[in-house]
Amino acid sequence: MTARDPRNPLKTARGLGSSHSGVGHWWTQRVTAAALVLLGVWFVATVLCLLHADYATAHAAVARPWNALLLIAFVLTMFWHAVLGLQVVVEDYVHTRWKEVVLLVAIKFLAVLGALASVLAVLRIALTP
Amino acid sequence: MAEFSLPKNSKIQPGRHYPAKGAKNPRTFRIYRWSPDDGQNPRIDTYEVDLAACGPMVLDALLKIKNEIDPTLTLRRSCREGICGSCAMNIDGTNTLACTRAISECASGDVKIYPLPHMPVVKDLVPDLTHFYAQFASIKPWLSTQSPAPARERLQSPEERKKLDGLYECILCACCSTSCPSYWWNDDKYLGPAILLQAYRWIVDSRDEATGERLDDLEDPFKLYRCHTIMNCTRTCPKGLNPAKAIAEIKKLMVERRSA
Repeated sequence: MTARDPRNPLKTARGLGSSHSGVGHWWTQRVTAAALVLLGVWFVATVLCLLHADYATAHAAVARPWNALLLIAFVLTMFWHAVLGLQVVVEDYVHTRWKEVVLLVAIKFLAVLGALASVLAVLRIALTP
Repeated sequence: MAEFSLPKNSKIQPGRHYPAKGAKNPRTFRIYRWSPDDGQNPRIDTYEVDLAACGPMVLDALLKIKNEIDPTLTLRRSCREGICGSCAMNIDGTNTLACTRAISECASGDVKIYPLPHMPVVKDLVPDLTHFYAQFASIKPWLSTQSPAPARERLQSPEERKKLDGLYECILCACCSTSCPSYWWNDDKYLGPAILLQAYRWIVDSRDEATGERLDDLEDPFKLYRCHTIMNCTRTCPKGLNPAKAIAEIKKLMVERRSA
């Protein structure tokens, strides 16, 4: 801000006003984080159990309905949480508006693609005999 | 992008040295100097001060330098007892008030003094707080009511009054806001800890009837939710207040009024 700016400083401070959003983001980030604590423990435990297993055993483990279900839940929650977290990073540090918008949209596209690919992978294993 | 290095005209140069001749108990102060009038880069001037002939606080040393060594040194000060917030600056790596920080509390070695971080500098240790004050005005820091004014005071129980403790003591020195990285990167929109603590002071006031509108105005990814609980604000507050807790309370109220 320069001393020559003819606008009243209050005009600048009030800006475009409140967007009346952000609570959803904040709450969802915490709920997904809590879910990831549980799902993460389950995922690590499952992977550790399969550490020295052969392909057929691993395939059979992923194909078990509960495992497939929890794996899909884990992947979806992780991508959802990652989008929310990366959004914060971009909003914090990227101050050129068009770059910010492009990055935020790209992050969402990539996350949706990643999530769909992961779900497809689990389903293929689970549903192919 | 966030700026992690200083622009060329802000790079700090070595400055002048003012030795204390015949001092009994000398202590060295390294002070940030910049003037808008000479076209020079900022510099660090080194002053040796005889503590045997100086008061105990950093402000005493600064005033001794200004009065006896270098009258061009520019700083704000008024009450010299931690109630006006004028002499907020970065001392020994921490934002605090020069009048309540004892020289003996500073780490051994030179005492380094800079203006409050990441604010435009008017001159030397004087930051431009225009935007900070405008942000304060933007939260409407006064009692707002819909009911007609009673014939006498609006009453408040002692318990409800107690809720303002830890909030009303804020002197708006800006130490907390200028210690907050989120405020450094996004001060155009993020209100920062000091202003959010002030906002909470009116949200939690039992006599105020605009709680919902106040929450409406704060419900924004930038105004409120740039707070990432870094806690620099609480660590640095020279009045021992907890702006991070006030912000957390606002976030809790935001959740409380919506469906989970």
